[in-house]
Amino acid sequence: MNLADRKIWGYRRENGRVGVRNYVAILPLDDISNAACEAVAAHIQGTIALPHAYGRLQFGEDLDLHFRTMIGTGANPNVAACIVIGIEGGWTEKVVAGIAKTGKSVAGFSIEGNGDIATVAAASRKAKEFVHWASEKTRELCPLTDVWVAAKCGESDTTTGLASCPTVGNMYDKLVPLGLYGCFGETSELTGAEHLAAARAVSPEIKEKFLKTWQAYQNDVIEAHKTSDLSDSQPTKGNIAGGLTTIEEKALGNLEKIGKKIKYIDVLEPAEAPARGNGLYFMDTSSAAAECCTLQAAAGYVVHIFPTGQGNVIGNPIMPVVKVTGNPRTVRLMSEHIDVDVSGIVRREMTIDQAGDVLITMIEKTANGRLTAAEALGHREFVMTKLYRSA
Amino acid sequence: MAAPHLLVHDHKDNVGVVVVEDLAPGTDMLAVITEDNSDFRITAKQATPIGHKIALKDLAVGDTVIKYGEDIGKVVAPIAKGEHVHTHNLKTKRW
Repeated sequence: MNLADRKIWGYRRENGRVGVRNYVAILPLDDISNAACEAVAAHIQGTIALPHAYGRLQFGEDLDLHFRTMIGTGANPNVAACIVIGIEGGWTEKVVAGIAKTGKSVAGFSIEGNGDIATVAAASRKAKEFVHWASEKTRELCPLTDVWVAAKCGESDTTTGLASCPTVGNMYDKLVPLGLYGCFGETSELTGAEHLAAARAVSPEIKEKFLKTWQAYQNDVIEAHKTSDLSDSQPTKGNIAGGLTTIEEKALGNLEKIGKKIKYIDVLEPAEAPARGNGLYFMDTSSAAAECCTLQAAAGYVVHIFPTGQGNVIGNPIMPVVKVTGNPRTVRLMSEHIDVDVSGIVRREMTIDQAGDVLITMIEKTANGRLTAAEALGHREFVMTKLYRSA
Repeated sequence: MAAPHLLVHDHKDNVGVVVVEDLAPGTDMLAVITEDNSDFRITAKQATPIGHKIALKDLAVGDTVIKYGEDIGKVVAPIAKGEHVHTHNLKTKRW
């Protein structure tokens, strides 16, 4: 079938967005509310708790990012309904109100003055209601391009740049012109390819925005805090074992993910939802897999494509993460983590164009409900990005 | 097409990537340039793991290593054609 006519079975949400999973999320506002959220999730089947490490005494831009990530996670179309639990009511209600803008069912509970046990009882009663409501939802036919697809690579090696990243790029080259929302990030990992990344901006204004973002990362994060040339962490030990030697080499492979033709239309803050319509977006993120995936899910992406060389095992609690590898050794040693094997590319048995088609078919299967390797293996890494120390 | 031992991204590159496991020294490698599927042969001087790079020509200290047709760093120890290129003889120009 013509790519433009391809459909998937998804959940059409109140705001028109398409989800591919149907979670009732139990979201802690802060670290000390994890226990209550996990108690609710243990009690009420069909819910998922999203414990994390932060949310107290943050301020300024770091607090803004915390709220954006919390609200974005609850607002993600893969979440049918959401319970928010926080230590106190003020910030809890702020998150509830942000999520409620999508029109979905959301309720907040605060622990102070009630204690964990009463809070868990009240939240469990509401969570049970939400589970019945959500589990009555049925999937409906939606255009494939209504599925927002993010990408990030990890445990990269030289096969990533030869095979798995170009496969993702081929998929974006085919689907973005048809209306897909795409997203790539990893600001630090474009170092060495920043000139090529800048050249893929849609306009001089967006190019300038990209270069400013990239330079700020160099100045404020790397130059401000480095104690060496970063050769112990960028490339990582895994990258080096896989044959990558320098950050430049890693970046050039990384950038293969955005294909050959398409341009990105905006530069997003971490966890910022795209607002310029369909197209490819660059998001300012760390290159650490769980942080980047968490930010992209909070921006509203519902499927993630993760090219890996040496075999990263990352997953996300609300967004299916599809692993793609072109490394035959990784296929041989870690097959349980791989959803799409494109190692035929390095044997010249498969073209990049064919691999892109195989990936598109896997996106459809995943959107229709196929569990990814990471989902089947229980990978639920939910990691907030923190900009600086709390007050 | 026979499965290659070595893949090269771009005609301008001076390194290629080993794409087979257990590459033995002395192997007469089939190298393919992915840009246009052209091929050539080159002998591996050392056992080089899958995913690691091999020099396509002799490289001197201070030379720039080119991959994807782009600068990926500087040579810090002499490298002969067919030898392994990695952290012992190639360093970033950044950071």
